[in-house]
Amino acid sequence: MSNALLEVRNLSVDFHTARGTVHAVKNVSWSVNRGETLAILGESGSGKSVSASAVMNILDMPPAHIVGGEIFYDGQDLLKVSYETHRALNGKKIAMIFQDPLSHLNPVYTVGWQIVEMMTAHGRPADMARARALELIKRVGIADAEAALHKYPHQFSGGQRQRLMIAMALMLKPDILIADEPTTALDVTIQADVLALLKELQAETGMGLVLITHDLGVVAEIADRVVVMSKGEIVEAGTPRDIYHNAQHPYTRQLIGAAPGKGTIKLLDADAPLLLETRKLCKTYGEFTALKDVSLSLHRGQSLAVVGESGSGKSTLARSILRLEAADSGEALWKGRNLLTMNARDLLGMRREIQMVFQDPTQSLNPRMSVYQLISEGWDIHRLMPDKAKRQARVAELLEQVGLAPEYAARYPHQFSGGQRQRIAIARALALEPELIICDEAVSALDVSIQAQVIALLDDLRARLGISFLFIAHDLGVVRDFADTVVVMKAGEIVERGPTAQIFDAPRHPYTQRLLAANLDPDPDMQAQRRLAGAPA
Amino acid sequence: MTRLLVSRIGQAAIVLLLAFTASFLLLQALPGDAILIKYQNPEMGLTPEQIAEIRVLYGADAPIWVQYGNTLWNFLQGSFGYSVQAGVPVNPLLATNLPPTLRLASLGLVVAVIIAGALAFAATLAPFAWLRNLLQSLPALMISVPVFWLGIMLIQIFSFRLRLVPIINPSEFQALILPVVTLSLPIAAPLAQILIRSLDEVQTQPFVSVARAKGASRAWVLWRHVLRNALLPVLTIAGVLFGELLAGAVVTETVFGINGLGRITEQAVSNQDTAVLQAIVILAAVGFVLINLLVDLVAPLIDPRLNTPIGASA
Repeated sequence: MSNALLEVRNLSVDFHTARGTVHAVKNVSWSVNRGETLAILGESGSGKSVSASAVMNILDMPPAHIVGGEIFYDGQDLLKVSYETHRALNGKKIAMIFQDPLSHLNPVYTVGWQIVEMMTAHGRPADMARARALELIKRVGIADAEAALHKYPHQFSGGQRQRLMIAMALMLKPDILIADEPTTALDVTIQADVLALLKELQAETGMGLVLITHDLGVVAEIADRVVVMSKGEIVEAGTPRDIYHNAQHPYTRQLIGAAPGKGTIKLLDADAPLLLETRKLCKTYGEFTALKDVSLSLHRGQSLAVVGESGSGKSTLARSILRLEAADSGEALWKGRNLLTMNARDLLGMRREIQMVFQDPTQSLNPRMSVYQLISEGWDIHRLMPDKAKRQARVAELLEQVGLAPEYAARYPHQFSGGQRQRIAIARALALEPELIICDEAVSALDVSIQAQVIALLDDLRARLGISFLFIAHDLGVVRDFADTVVVMKAGEIVERGPTAQIFDAPRHPYTQRLLAANLDPDPDMQAQRRLAGAPA
Repeated sequence: MTRLLVSRIGQAAIVLLLAFTASFLLLQALPGDAILIKYQNPEMGLTPEQIAEIRVLYGADAPIWVQYGNTLWNFLQGSFGYSVQAGVPVNPLLATNLPPTLRLASLGLVVAVIIAGALAFAATLAPFAWLRNLLQSLPALMISVPVFWLGIMLIQIFSFRLRLVPIINPSEFQALILPVVTLSLPIAAPLAQILIRSLDEVQTQPFVSVARAKGASRAWVLWRHVLRNALLPVLTIAGVLFGELLAGAVVTETVFGINGLGRITEQAVSNQDTAVLQAIVILAAVGFVLINLLVDLVAPLIDPRLNTPIGASA
């Protein structure tokens, strides 16, 4: 494939760190043609972004060091050209968009300035750039383009920011667009819109698109070809359909197997006693309604999922139940007693019975505390288990229960991977033998294969210990695998509720239907069908 | 904006009142006073009765809360009382001594900012790692040098040895060179330290990669993207360093024999000249309040996110 638009050949990059040399990518080769979409699929740490950063010459060197390989664009090896030549290609011929556009946009300049900068940095006149910026801002679907020019990044929503970033990347009509996890930080419906926009723009301009992602669904939706990366190497390459149905490499098979949303759906045990009930919970922040008359009930052993997009009020609901936040009105009954009017002493006791696992274990575990201290802190607070030997034995037991070695008790959070950290957070919650665990996006920050393991762990705990779960999530696949009942929230209100099977197979509310339609299926054939089915609507 | 100003002016009034009260109480709590120091001198040959009369004349015999009220009332009217030692009102004393100090301090600040900026950029852009490390360790050295020692060393080297800057009958400009350098180095050091760290931190921000991916040149990225984001912590520290500047002025003026606020502060302290000290404390407090108000007003111009009212982003 020597006539490819952009070709990476046998690229190897090392990172020199204090703990030795890491081979970030080894002999990686891929190419992309005009009008084609190549997906680079991999989990965190697989090195999937490294080759793209090398193409853009934005690797920080040191610590990065290019050991070998070639990157061909337009007949020249980008690794050999001068800094100036490479700089002139960046943005003009090869442009890049990134994940999480908030941190990737400069907070102190207006969006207009930054979009225009794409051209002024290449010496084009500012007024010409402004006209082009207005045209593109309109094209990516921002309503008032003129006003948008003068606003700052923090004044836009995540989806709008990504659209603006796309507009910025297209200013100089590049031949190639590299998109690094462009939709990962976005809600599913927004993700669908952004992917559709990318496809349209590609059809208009004929640019080659390189899409870096961890999400099989995104690959199924948009890619013509895919390379799968694991531990710095390409383990498999082909069309999405080939890879999905005939994966050769064990890693790829594991990745496909871990994709959520394919398991059997659980049924609700309707006879279990009532544990938690909320009645007409309301909460506003100034003008913003976070919760509006939210009533739900949860039985012993049940796993109730609360689904919704960002800003739907699902986290506020959890925080209000735990009284981490004060609800404005309504009731939350825990075994018949109102949590919201409970005195401080009873509240402390209740806090033992209801535990919470948060989204980001890096932030929810105190970095200065050892695993033993983290897990046993609850016993100090509730004056339980004074005997040190018993404590140590119990910590070891809990660690085993969540699939970690007992000797990890002496270590600190930074010594663990993301998935292990979340297991520690779960062990911490289990230490107090709670009856209900509230999981607030507890698996969304994890890689799919880790996600599947943590879900299996939670499921096992539910079955063995009879713990109930209030499971807050935006990922419908995970919800389908874990929950027996689903509540769908939108703008602070519950719009639909029912058994998981009913919500997924026969959604009634248009919003639920929209959510499900936007959810991407990892199977390219299924996704193609859904796209056709969803298209006219 | 007006609401911010009104609330800040209210806060400033409270700060000034507290500074006034605290300094008044502390100065009263000291044993002895300026009157005793001056008139108890045996050479004057005054009897205790005569000294008591003088005390009545100065109002020093009144109960402390009456003195407090009187002094506060006079301060509010802009009258800072009498210097016992010099035997003149404090107001003209300040009027003659404030301008040289203001000139010294403002020049010192400007030079400090220039030194800090140059050092930080050199430490960030230097081509070799060892050179960057060397430059980055300079501020720590500069902080550790005492001002009085630095002043004396500069005079020794530049005036006596190298004879570059005359100390006898210097021109106005020549007389300022060494004091300004002496004053600015200890201020430049923390500024440079903060700026170096903050440049380093901003350079790892994702939006810097974006600017590089756009094809912006190194200078463009540093100047437009990195510097402006790195300035905010420096600005905050600059406000805090105003105190350092005053303290430095006291020593610098003494070492170089400049007549200024620092000099009269030093004299007033040794003579326990309460009225002068009280006036200087208030003057310094006003300076602090103004500088920090200025910092708060400038900060949103650098970072527009500071303009957003809290909670609006939720």
